[in-house]
Amino acid sequence: MSYWNEDHQHTYWNPYFGGFMLGLLLIFTFYMTGRGIGASGAMKSTVVFALYEVAPKHVEKSAYYSRFVQEDKSPLNTWLIFEVLGAIGGAFLSGALSGRAKFKIQHSPKISSKRRLAFALVGGILFGFGSQMARGCTSGAALSGLSVMATAGFITMLTIFGSGYLVAYFFRKNWI
Amino acid sequence: MGPLIPHELLSPEWNNVIALIIGVAFGYLMEASGFSSSRKLAGVFYGYDFTVLRVFFTAAVVSMIGILYLSKLGYLNFDDLYIQPTYVDSAIIGGVIMGVGFVAGGFCPGTSLCAAAIGKIDGMVFILGLMLGVVIFSEMFPWLEGTFNAHNLGGVTLEDTLGLSNEWTTAIFAIIAVVAFYGTTILGRYIRNVWY
Repeated sequence: MSYWNEDHQHTYWNPYFGGFMLGLLLIFTFYMTGRGIGASGAMKSTVVFALYEVAPKHVEKSAYYSRFVQEDKSPLNTWLIFEVLGAIGGAFLSGALSGRAKFKIQHSPKISSKRRLAFALVGGILFGFGSQMARGCTSGAALSGLSVMATAGFITMLTIFGSGYLVAYFFRKNWI
Repeated sequence: MGPLIPHELLSPEWNNVIALIIGVAFGYLMEASGFSSSRKLAGVFYGYDFTVLRVFFTAAVVSMIGILYLSKLGYLNFDDLYIQPTYVDSAIIGGVIMGVGFVAGGFCPGTSLCAAAIGKIDGMVFILGLMLGVVIFSEMFPWLEGTFNAHNLGGVTLEDTLGLSNEWTTAIFAIIAVVAFYGTTILGRYIRNVWY
């Protein structure tokens, strides 16, 4: 079962169904909390927390980190951190139930796993930097922004996918 | 009348519990839709898998319509929803950098979490990269601060910037989405299959 059906389309949900459910989830989230979902903010909180443990003075003096440090509560005590913890659990549940949960480095057979990991790291660094600059990522800025017709949401969505398409040619060896 | 927590119809202590529940649902359906696979995600840029486009546009259209309807029916006060501020320069520059990161790494933060959750090591490495990127940004912040704070238009919607009413935006977006779905389905028939 595992090798043949691995990542093969029909073992995943129909994308329109998945999108519909995601849309309902977004409506629910806005109805409950007045805000949308997100992901990159949790990465930032984790970084602030970790650095604060190691170098508190540096964090307090820094122009950027200091915005996220508060007197009485841990930088990890944010809505997004709880949401992200839930997401990890939910994704694991889905993967485990479908037999997709196992350790592996997923890559095109035309490149090595080392190369895949190197690009994953570089991609992560770029995305981490960009998400702080744009104050959000595809989930928080683009998707949740679009739901309330925020101009920033449209700008971010168009630029992310626009620039992705423009540079896709240069990374084609990694994927196809 | 929603949103419930800002209107204090639900105690704020529920906030984190709701976050957890929403997160579980979010992670579950992302993974179930295939977003834990970097090759599936990158497919939208090369034309061998349009799942990202289908899920993303469907979700955006459904939530736009849902929020609009709920507010028109009086169940949700649209003005109390958080609309993120538009900082023109940083939104564009950040978006461009994220686009490159997306194609290079094959993930975005939410999807990398789903991948890492099911054991994908490339997802975990991506998350490590994200944190490094945050550190790099913060250390460079004194030089970036000007661009970061430039041209703040405030919490504007398309209605404010382009004069396009919310109803029209939703309608046009929905039409664009349907055209994109149909177009990519036809396109998919002509693009050679990539086994992944």
